[in-house]
Amino acid sequence: MSFLELRDITKRYGTLNAVSDVTLSVEKGEFVSLLGPSGCGKTTTLQMIAGFVEATSGSIRLDGRDITHAKANSRGLGIVFQSYALFPHMTVFDNVSFGLEMQRVPKAERKDRVDEALGLVHLSPYAGRYPRELSGGQRQRVALARAIVIRPPVLLLDEPLSNLDAKLREAMQFELRDIQRKVGTTTVMVTHDQAEAFSISDRVVVMEAGRITQIDQPYRIYEHPETEFISRFVGKTNLLPGTVQAINGLAASVSLAGIPVEIDAGGLVSGETVTLCVRPEKLRLIAAGQGRLPGRVAERYFLGSQWLYHIDGPLGTLMAVTPNDGSAPLETGVPVGVDWNPSVVRVHRGRLAEAPDPTLEAQ
Amino acid sequence: MSAAAPRFPTPLILSAPAALLFAALILTPLVLTALLSFNEFEHATGRTHGFTLDHYLAVLTDSYYLEIFLRTFRVAALATAICVVIGVPEAYILSRMGNPWRSVFLLVVLAPLLVSVVVRAFGWSMLLGPEGPINAALMALGFGRMRLLYSEGTVIVALVHVMLPFMVIPVWTSLQKLDPAVEQAALSFGASRGTAILRVVAPQILPGILSGSLIVFGLSASAFAIPGLLGGRRLKMVATIVYDQYLSDLNWPMGAAVAVLLLAANLIVMLTYHRVVEGHYRRRLG
Amino acid sequence: MTRNGPLALIFHTLVVLFMLAPLVIVCLVAFTPENTLSLPTRGFSLRWFQAVFHHPDFVQSFWNSLWLALLSATLAVALAVPAALAITRWEFRGRGFLNTLFLSPLIIPHLVLGVAMLRLFALVGATGSFGWLVAAHIVIVTPYVMRLLIAAITGFDRSVEQAAYSLGASEATVFRRITLPMILPGVTGGWLIAFINSFDELTMSIFITSPSTVTLPVRMYMYATESIDPMMAAVSAIIVGITAVAVLLLDRVYGLDRILVGQH
Ligand SMILES: Nc1ncnc2c1ncn2[C@@H]1O[C@H](COP(=O)(O)OP(=O)(O)OP(=O)(O)O)[C@@H](O)[C@H]1O
Ligand SMILES: [Mg+2]
Repeated sequence: MSFLELRDITKRYGTLNAVSDVTLSVEKGEFVSLLGPSGCGKTTTLQMIAGFVEATSGSIRLDGRDITHAKANSRGLGIVFQSYALFPHMTVFDNVSFGLEMQRVPKAERKDRVDEALGLVHLSPYAGRYPRELSGGQRQRVALARAIVIRPPVLLLDEPLSNLDAKLREAMQFELRDIQRKVGTTTVMVTHDQAEAFSISDRVVVMEAGRITQIDQPYRIYEHPETEFISRFVGKTNLLPGTVQAINGLAASVSLAGIPVEIDAGGLVSGETVTLCVRPEKLRLIAAGQGRLPGRVAERYFLGSQWLYHIDGPLGTLMAVTPNDGSAPLETGVPVGVDWNPSVVRVHRGRLAEAPDPTLEAQ
Repeated sequence: MSAAAPRFPTPLILSAPAALLFAALILTPLVLTALLSFNEFEHATGRTHGFTLDHYLAVLTDSYYLEIFLRTFRVAALATAICVVIGVPEAYILSRMGNPWRSVFLLVVLAPLLVSVVVRAFGWSMLLGPEGPINAALMALGFGRMRLLYSEGTVIVALVHVMLPFMVIPVWTSLQKLDPAVEQAALSFGASRGTAILRVVAPQILPGILSGSLIVFGLSASAFAIPGLLGGRRLKMVATIVYDQYLSDLNWPMGAAVAVLLLAANLIVMLTYHRVVEGHYRRRLG
Repeated sequence: MTRNGPLALIFHTLVVLFMLAPLVIVCLVAFTPENTLSLPTRGFSLRWFQAVFHHPDFVQSFWNSLWLALLSATLAVALAVPAALAITRWEFRGRGFLNTLFLSPLIIPHLVLGVAMLRLFALVGATGSFGWLVAAHIVIVTPYVMRLLIAAITGFDRSVEQAAYSLGASEATVFRRITLPMILPGVTGGWLIAFINSFDELTMSIFITSPSTVTLPVRMYMYATESIDPMMAAVSAIIVGITAVAVLLLDRVYGLDRILVGQH
């Protein structure tokens, strides 16, 4: 049996199913992220684990104990809130020591453990300060120290980094993971930032409209999205509509606007409409006249470590990303050939409408 | 709050002490007073009993009462108008000041609100009294001594002094919500300063002016200390006749009838305002 | 910040003079050595202040008012804190009604409240009782406390309380250690504004005080309608002084503009 188990958890608000039939097992010491667009029920799920929202149905077990209806203050979980929720009228030390006080830890031990926790988050010199005298990143770390000092069985983080600027956020991601490794606490984190989820989680849980759509390791979610929604929500994708022309044993020939392309047959039938999904960084831009598709550079964007090109061609506009290796980028207007490795193509059966980029909606 | 949904009505338990006190000391006395206003009054014995509409009829037909109601209405309306004329520009001027002057003068204009109205009425009676500085100045200018006290004018001046903060506060509040860039935008389109104020600023602070006027009018119409101390014995207003009926004539039912009418007029004005004006502006100004 | 033109500044100066004149003259006349209400042109004297302290009625009324204001402000806060929590934190039937009821003394003229309570007190035989006077004052100052508290509680990040729960605190502990300290500025500001309003109240009190419970404003009103001498000015100056201290305190703990302007 897993350490933390949610079984068929549902939360209804009136007629709205904020969370539907969520089943999730988290192993001891694991770092799991809940990832999904705004309003998909991530916070609600976390709050049910924390005990601030009561599940309409389903059960939650922690280390074999049923905590579905336990009060929040008896669960002993460590929680880091998006707003940090520091006690504004207490010093950093008192903030961190509050939970130990509630557990009636003797004073001397309390001090040692607070010092240790503050050391872990590199805040030892700030113990006497009030929250308003700290920077955003420092507050965030106080909130973390306050949660881990009680040695909770599970650490719950609700968008812990979303109030930080980009640079600090990246630094904190690694620090967070580092601290979690050191203390070994089972962690569930909510985020709508996929880079954050991918870089620090053991497993990522993708949610959509109150349901879990995929649970997997980060790279598998990226490379093998199980639904069209995930392939669009996670990262950027080129969607190429086509029709299966012929099946030749293990290979299928697909016509993309009249241009034949070979893919793995995998259960397709002749005449079927399909959509090929290819990630921009998997496209190679080569000399004009070569490769699978012809194209022309329409726009180019400098992203620092990469170049993003928009390539006009017979299938409309494709996105392609190439690493910035220091050589001169392609000029706009230049004709190019577009190529890819057959193994990087993901096939969806049926036609996918060109919906607006869901990653934008999620912001 | 916590996972367990609040058991029996926690909020009712929490608000029960205050609710009981308010029921006992607001609702009950108001109902009792409304009932009292329909009692007959025996002048000889001072007993109250039975049912009659006489007090209301008297108030609504007797020229003595009508004159007092009319005077109260006139004084309150004039005080309100003057408060608008002084308070609105003053709030605008305050909002355009830089700190620290802005805070200092806001304090100067608003803090008298917290000084007992008796003290302020007394201050005005000294300023306007026969030996006061205003008369001294008039004498020095060769106008001769004037009888300023115990006139409607004095009551109005003192009421304006008492009520001005109630006008400045809501106007100031709506000015705070106003985006200064909007006025600048109007100016940048070539509007003159006057046009900008009239066409852009005024419509947005109109709800503030209206709500201020309402408070000022309501408080002025029921003001007691100012007419009592500065109106003298002959310049009666609604509040002072209620006082007389209760504490001099001991005709409580009559006093109760006047009080009920005063309350009714107040509530009607307030509720109408809420229904009509606020709804309208909420929609337009969000 | 755009500057005001000269006309605007002249207007502003006149308004400020108008607002301050009656208070300034009261304070000046209080120091007159004369027997009549006149400006102290021949030096300052404290004789009228001494007269106040030797006038037993005024001294007694002062203590009445002080006790009344202390008690009613404190009790109003004690009643308003739970009520404000209930109104802001829960959805329940009757919530809108309670909210209106608690704020109603702001729109019911004090005169009407005075005669209404006089009737009630006469019926229950409580005329002139200090306890009932306190209760009446609690009712009229509670709305001021409620407004500040509702603003304080509404602008409060609930997740701070949730954080305390998650750390194992009981509901009582959360209230004592987290909620109360965080709304403390609202509580203190509410207490002070309640104190000032109770201390100043005239119109309602005049109906429900008896000779032994007469408050300072009522005493002054009755004194001023009969005789006028500089002692009134001295009492007024004392009141202006007390109010000034309270206003400065209020400004310190809560910000006066926030109280007067903030939630209107
Ligand atoms: N107390 C509530 N009452 C009614 N509906 C609610 C309540 N709390 C949340 N919801 C609804 O439940 C759904 C899920 O909300 P939730 O806060 O879990 O989303 P989320 O995934 O955390 O979104 P975000 O990324 O914006 O934080 C939303 O549609 C929200 O409107
Ligand atoms: Mg959320």
